Amino acid sequence: MSLLEVTGLKKHFPIRTGVLKRTTGWVYAVDGVSFEVEKGETMGLVGESGGGKSTVGRTVLRLTTATGGGVTFEGIDVMKASRGQMQKLRRDMQIVFQDPYASLNPRMRIRAIVGEGLTIHGIGTEAERKKRVAELLETVGLSAEHAERYPHEFSGGQRQRIGIARALALNPKLIILDEPVSALDVSIRAQVLNLLEDLQDEFHLTYLFVSHDLSVVKHISDRIAVMYLGKIVEISNSAVLYDYPQHPYTEALLSAVPIPDPHTERSRRRIVLEGDVPSPANPPKGCVFHPRCPRAQEICSTAMPRLVATPGAVAGDRHQVACYFPARFVGGERHVDDEPFRDVLPEDQV
Amino acid sequence: MADHLLEVKDLSTYFFTHAGVVKAVNGVSFTLDRNETIGIVGESGSGKTVAALSLMRLVPDPPGKVVEGSLMLGDRNLRTISDDEMRAVRGNDIAMIFQDPMTSLNPVMKIGKQIAEAVRLHQDKSKREAWQLAVDLLARVGIPDAAKRVDSYPFEFSGGMRQRAMIAMAISCNPDILIADEPTTALDVTIQAQIIEVVREMQAQFDSGVILITHDLGVIAEIADKVMVMYGGRTVEYGPVDEIFYNAHHPYTWGLLASLPRLDEVEKTRLTPIEGQPPDLLTLPSGCPFVGRCPYQRAPCRDDWPELEIVAEGHGVHCWIPVAERLPLRVELPHFKESVA
Repeated sequence: MSLLEVTGLKKHFPIRTGVLKRTTGWVYAVDGVSFEVEKGETMGLVGESGGGKSTVGRTVLRLTTATGGGVTFEGIDVMKASRGQMQKLRRDMQIVFQDPYASLNPRMRIRAIVGEGLTIHGIGTEAERKKRVAELLETVGLSAEHAERYPHEFSGGQRQRIGIARALALNPKLIILDEPVSALDVSIRAQVLNLLEDLQDEFHLTYLFVSHDLSVVKHISDRIAVMYLGKIVEISNSAVLYDYPQHPYTEALLSAVPIPDPHTERSRRRIVLEGDVPSPANPPKGCVFHPRCPRAQEICSTAMPRLVATPGAVAGDRHQVACYFPARFVGGERHVDDEPFRDVLPEDQV
Repeated sequence: MADHLLEVKDLSTYFFTHAGVVKAVNGVSFTLDRNETIGIVGESGSGKTVAALSLMRLVPDPPGKVVEGSLMLGDRNLRTISDDEMRAVRGNDIAMIFQDPMTSLNPVMKIGKQIAEAVRLHQDKSKREAWQLAVDLLARVGIPDAAKRVDSYPFEFSGGMRQRAMIAMAISCNPDILIADEPTTALDVTIQAQIIEVVREMQAQFDSGVILITHDLGVIAEIADKVMVMYGGRTVEYGPVDEIFYNAHHPYTWGLLASLPRLDEVEKTRLTPIEGQPPDLLTLPSGCPFVGRCPYQRAPCRDDWPELEIVAEGHGVHCWIPVAERLPLRVELPHFKESVA
C-alpha cells in the first residue's frame, strides 16, 4: 500500500457572474488526476501556471473540498474522514507554502507560530512546548533565541525555515511543499533544498513537491508527475526524465528550460511551442495539449487519453504516459509510432 | 566618434533614506556594442535594476540620486543632457521592458492605442499611420491575428502576449539599446522560450545592443555574450560568458554556479549553497560586500575594496585573494570539477 493514493481527483471551481452570482461556468483546475506516493519518497508535481498543481496539494489535504475522486492516506479515505479522523490526519499531513511573507502571521511571535499545532492538539505542557519549539528552530538552522521575535525580523530564506519548522512540529509523515523555494534567491534556495533533503533523511519524511521549476523538481524528486491543464500527462522516474521523455509536452518543457552552461546551451535544440496555455475554464476537446502539440493527429481531438503504464526506457522506471503518440525508446533509440497507442483510449471507447 | 554604443563609467546611485544612505549601485562600469548582449546577474538588492533605471534616468529622486559616473551614449552623457533631450533618448535610443507587463501597461487603454501613442511621441506620423504601425509591430512580435488584437485591452491578453506587446512598444522606434529587466521571470518556461526568441530576432534585425537583467543563469548562458555579476551594489566580476561560466574568479560567482540544480545532471549531487543571508544594504562594509558570506575572506576584505584585476581578455575581477591561491580553491567546487574533467 502506498502512503498516499490519489485516484481520479477532480476540483472544479464555479465561475459566478452577475448580481445573482449564478454559476455560468466552471474552471477545471484539477480534472481526473491519479498518482501514488510511496513512503519515504519525494514525488514532484511540475507544470506551468494554471496547470492545477497547487490545487492538487490543497485538495489532498482537504483544505478545499474535492469535486470528485478519492484520496487515501495510509488506507484512510481522506475525503470521507470524520472530524476526529481528520484531526489525526492533519498531524500526519502538513504543508509548506510558497510565499514566506504571506504564510506567517505578522502579529504572532515565532514561538506561537511554530508551536500553534502543538497547542491546538494539546501536546505537552507549556514548558515542554517551549522546549520543542527551540529544538525545531535549531533543526531548521535557526537558533532558539529566535523564538521570541516576529516574522518581519527575518529574511525570506529564514521565514521559509520557520514555515518548515511549523510543518515539522507534529512529526508528520507527509509534507506537501507548495513552491517552497520559488520566492527565494538562488543562493538561499540551495540552502533550503539541502535542508529539506536532510530533514527527509532524519525524520523519514515523504514529500509531495509542487513547483513550476523543472530543474528544482528534478533535483529533489525521486519521481515526477508532469501536469498540463488539470491533467497528469506523464509520470517518470526523475533520473530518466531528461533523457527519455515520452510525452510531447514534457519534451517541450524540458527543452525550454535553459541550462546554466553556455556550451550545452549552444548545442541544444529548443522546441518552441506555439501559442499560450488555454484557459482551464475552457479546455480543448480531446487531449488538452493537442492544439499546441507538434505530434497531434486526428485522434488527438476526439478524447483525452488515459494515463497508462508504458515500458520505461530503463529498468525500474515505473513510467506512465497519457498520449496517443508517445516517444518510445528501444535499445536507446527514440522513435514515434505512426499508429496511435490504443491503450490510452478512454475505457468507454476501447 | 565614441568606441562603444554605450559606455558606463563608475556609476554610483545612492538612495538617501531616513534610515541611512543605501548605496544601491557603487562604482559600476561596463560597455555595450551593437549586436551584443550583456547579462547583468545578481540577487534581489544587488543593484542590477537600479543600474538600468539610472541609465534611463528613471531613478525616483528623491530619495534616489546618481551621485557619480558618466553614462556615455555615443557622444552624449546621459547624466548631463537636458530633460527634453533625455525624453528623446528614451524610446528612440534606449527602450526598456519590465518584469511585470501588467503593471507597465495602461489597463484602460487599448493595446494599439498605447503603442500608437508611443510611436507618435517620437515619430512624425499620423494617427492612422501610427495605428497601422502598431498592427505591424504586434504581428512582428508574434501576436496572432494582430489586426484584431490591436483593439484588445491588456486584461484580454495573456502574460506572454502582454510581454510581446511591451516588446512591440519598445522596438517601435528602432532603439539602439534594449534594456530587458527580468523580462521572463513572471512567465512560464515555454512562454519564456518564445519571448527570448522574439528578443533575439529583434536584435538581429536592428543590430541593437541588449542589456538583460536577470537572476537566471540559465537564460544568461542561453543568450548573453558577456556577463556582469553584481553583489551588494558592486560589480564583483565581469567577462565574456564562457569566462564567467568556465573560468570564474570570484568566490561569489563560484557560489552562484555551485548552488544551481541542473536539469541535465545525471547523478544526484548535493548542492553547495552560499551560507549566510544577503547583506543589509544600509550597513554594507566599505570593502567587499560579499565579505560576510565568503568562505575565503581575509584581512583587507572588510575595509578595502580591491582594485580591478584583469585575468583574461575582457575578464575582470575584484578580489583580494591572490590569483595563485584563488584557482586551487576553485577546483574544490563540484561545478568546476566537472568542467575541468
